[in-house]
Amino acid sequence: MRAAVITFPGSNCDRDMADAIAKISGRAPLRLWHGDAELPDGLDFIALPGGFSYGDYLRSGAMAAKSPIMRGVIAAAGKGVPVLGVCNGFQVLTEAGLLPGALMRNAGQTFICRTVPLRVESSQSLFTSRYQAGQVIQVPVAHHDGNFFADEATLDRLEGEGRVAFRYAEPTNGSQRDIAGVLNDAGNVLGMMPHPERAIEADHGGTDGRALFESVFATLSVG
Amino acid sequence: MKVRVFVSLKSGVLDPQGRAVHHALEGLGFTGVEDVRVGRLIELDVADSTSDEALDEMCRKLLANMVIENYRIEKVA
Repeated sequence: MRAAVITFPGSNCDRDMADAIAKISGRAPLRLWHGDAELPDGLDFIALPGGFSYGDYLRSGAMAAKSPIMRGVIAAAGKGVPVLGVCNGFQVLTEAGLLPGALMRNAGQTFICRTVPLRVESSQSLFTSRYQAGQVIQVPVAHHDGNFFADEATLDRLEGEGRVAFRYAEPTNGSQRDIAGVLNDAGNVLGMMPHPERAIEADHGGTDGRALFESVFATLSVG
Repeated sequence: MKVRVFVSLKSGVLDPQGRAVHHALEGLGFTGVEDVRVGRLIELDVADSTSDEALDEMCRKLLANMVIENYRIEKVA
């Protein structure tokens, strides 16, 4: 398996993401810089980490979404390569047009940093096959702009197509329909505000994030 | 050419920031404030030859997020 983690100026969860991928897949991912004009060939998995790319200037994720490397990420996503965006990575994916909706300031205005219960909405996706549908897991969030917004027609379409991957099991940040993570129409791009890479070993306080990585890696040739 | 781009939230989109500012104004004793929406003003200095289409594209591609925001372009001089 050949995975890559992309670092933007201001990313701060890139190392955690790389560590989670290395520990769960057994192989350290490539570390790529946002300014790289091209992605290496043959990537099996691409992760966009959390952080505050470009200091959240303009809108969270807006500048990073126009980085040179994103052209390659968009092309790879179009070819079916699994892409995971966590927190700021989710914001970048929406700004890049790979996922619908937008992430706005939390309804309560405050930065939220705590572990929250998430409901796994479906176990049919590439990223959730190792969970049970309806299962409630505990995963940390740490964000100021996690309030998911999309118009009603888009929300209905996402629900109808089974593209809501995770929902907050309790009101958290004002997100429409408590949506915490969504998939693209092909199912190979997932964006989520909670941090699965921060819940992979007992010392993190929980390991509920592991199954997400195990789900994806199970479909790839590990080695 | 100086250009001002006003970016504002679409009408159906909740504005928590505007709501907080609204509360603060009321806290200061200002009465009769019905609603507050917070937007963004971006000032550009562009070549005189810049086309309207190019300005429009700048807004749609980067300056505004069309999922949640509207924009208005005003040429100053």
